[in-house]
Amino acid sequence: MKIKDKLSKVLSLFITFFKIGAFTFGGGYAMIPLIQKEIAENKKWITDDDILEIIAIAESTPGPIAINSATFVGYRVCGFWGSFFATLGVVLPSFIIILIISAVLGQFGNLKPVKYAFNGIRAGVLALLFKALYTMYKKCPKSAVSYIVMAFSFLLTAFIDIPVLYVLIGCAVFGLVSSIVISRRNKV
Amino acid sequence: MIYLELFLTFLKIGAFTFGGGYAMLPLIQQEVTAKGWMELEQLVNFIAVSESTPGPFAINIATYVGSQVAPLGILGSACATLGVVFPSFVIILIVARIYDRFKNSRTVKGVMTGLKPAVVGLIGSAIISIALTVFFPVGLTLAVFKNVQFYVSVGICVVCTVLAFKKVHPIIIICLSAIIGIAAGYLM
Repeated sequence: MKIKDKLSKVLSLFITFFKIGAFTFGGGYAMIPLIQKEIAENKKWITDDDILEIIAIAESTPGPIAINSATFVGYRVCGFWGSFFATLGVVLPSFIIILIISAVLGQFGNLKPVKYAFNGIRAGVLALLFKALYTMYKKCPKSAVSYIVMAFSFLLTAFIDIPVLYVLIGCAVFGLVSSIVISRRNKV
Repeated sequence: MIYLELFLTFLKIGAFTFGGGYAMLPLIQQEVTAKGWMELEQLVNFIAVSESTPGPFAINIATYVGSQVAPLGILGSACATLGVVFPSFVIILIVARIYDRFKNSRTVKGVMTGLKPAVVGLIGSAIISIALTVFFPVGLTLAVFKNVQFYVSVGICVVCTVLAFKKVHPIIIICLSAIIGIAAGYLM
């Protein structure tokens, strides 16, 4: 690839992901339709099949889905610098907006109406979290291993103050061991 | 040094969060409240802010916490955001190269059968502690039941849960609960 081509691709990756970062509310999966439209339909940088791959990868690697998909698409289109500028683009809008909000919240956070509003909002957020929990529950495989892990991770962190990190590592090991055991048993 | 601590803490959060949306919440809650960077109540307020602004929750909260706790806000934000992005960026760069091997890896699949339900259990327990601060802001006492605010919160939560499951947009839910919160605040 010529340097000029590369530069224009990198720039256009940056702008596209900046747009995606600036117009996705709630982040994560909300981003997928936009990526599909901008990157697959308009720019034809990747195919619709690639999008399914991206979702699968994002779900089985750590980190926010927005970052995972920006890095992956960027790499597919233009190697390391593609990843770099796509990721920078997707992060920058949130970064700027939150910096502004953080300064504003500091000034208005103690006003009476704002306090009252947040009293109500906290109850509303709880409702959103119920919904998020239900959505994630539905995406889990419905197996004995699944239910055991769910119960354990819940009980260990809700009633005993075990660091979340240890629970995650423990569950990962348990999942790995149980899947090896199950696949061995199926062979025999 | 606070900047290094921000970077490392969010690096840990970025490296150990699997799945989108609120999968990050349990780890963020534990890390951020344990370090005294944010009260649980502020964290819940911020979830609402993040839902109403573009961009992924992980980036939003990293930027916000960084700007709140560091003397030089923008540098704090940059360190925290860099930390939360870094693990995904590096891991996806690697995965993009060995994609076919990664996709068919039994180890990855096995680990994921443990991690997916673990996240459900962890979010469940995070929701419990959030519910406690929403409904019992001054601790678990019977006095709460004499307080009108308690009934307002329960009412908002029930109504919003129904709306959330009917797929009403989160921003509408947040606006509605803010309006009820303000109205209740002035009426009491």
